[in-house]
Amino acid sequence: MTAMQIIFLITAVVTLFAAFRTVTTPNLIHAALWLILALAGVAVFYALLNANFFAVIQVVVYIGAIAILMVFAIMLTRREMRDRGKQTSGRWWWAAILGAVFFAGVTWMIEAVALPSQPTAAVPASSIADLGKALVNPNGYVIPFEVASVLLLAALIGAVFVAWTRHNS
Amino acid sequence: MIPLNWYLIVAAALFSIGLYGVLSRKNAVAILMGVELMLNAVNINLLTFWRYRAPTTTAGMAFSVIVFAVAAAEVSVGLALFIAVYRRFKTIVTDEIDLMKW
Repeated sequence: MTAMQIIFLITAVVTLFAAFRTVTTPNLIHAALWLILALAGVAVFYALLNANFFAVIQVVVYIGAIAILMVFAIMLTRREMRDRGKQTSGRWWWAAILGAVFFAGVTWMIEAVALPSQPTAAVPASSIADLGKALVNPNGYVIPFEVASVLLLAALIGAVFVAWTRHNS
Repeated sequence: MIPLNWYLIVAAALFSIGLYGVLSRKNAVAILMGVELMLNAVNINLLTFWRYRAPTTTAGMAFSVIVFAVAAAEVSVGLALFIAVYRRFKTIVTDEIDLMKW
């Protein structure tokens, strides 16, 4: 077992435990903090995959923006700081069974397929530059890129419009 | 080197945990947290296949960038909706928002 594999296993345990606490803890602020730990674990996976750019983006976008936005939303939508009562719906065991069945099915499928244990090639040093060029290349991904830009603009305007306080109505 | 299926199994576990969160939680923000976990699992899979099968191309990374952008848009609109719902109903517990339930 190499050092990479040990790092992977530790990260996997931490990430999955944090994810599990995210969906089970009754206190929503704690859930948001566990979510941040799980997202940080995913950033470590990206770094292990030599996707350094995505590890940084994960920290900046997910932890820096999305998780903090979640904390804001939790604090803005509570009448008191404590969460009273059960946080899960009455039929939570159906959700647990569905999750377990899904995991078992996907794992069985992964194990049924012969997958390589080695990458086919090393990541080229210019991979981030190539990605940047491909995203604005008309023969590459300029249309999805522009659609994503328009989507973000629409989300920005839509979020402001939806959350707007209308004092006169 | 780490075998490819380790990543896939961890991502499947993360996705299943997120699925459980989405289906079992009552608070709308907690449901959105489950969705975030699922999106992260998808992104791990995309980047894993990019790394192991086609590291010299950019398709996997481009996909992943789009997933990041869509996740950010989804969260911002979702949280704005929850704040608007909270303003009207004084709660974001999904059991109690049953205006469209017949």
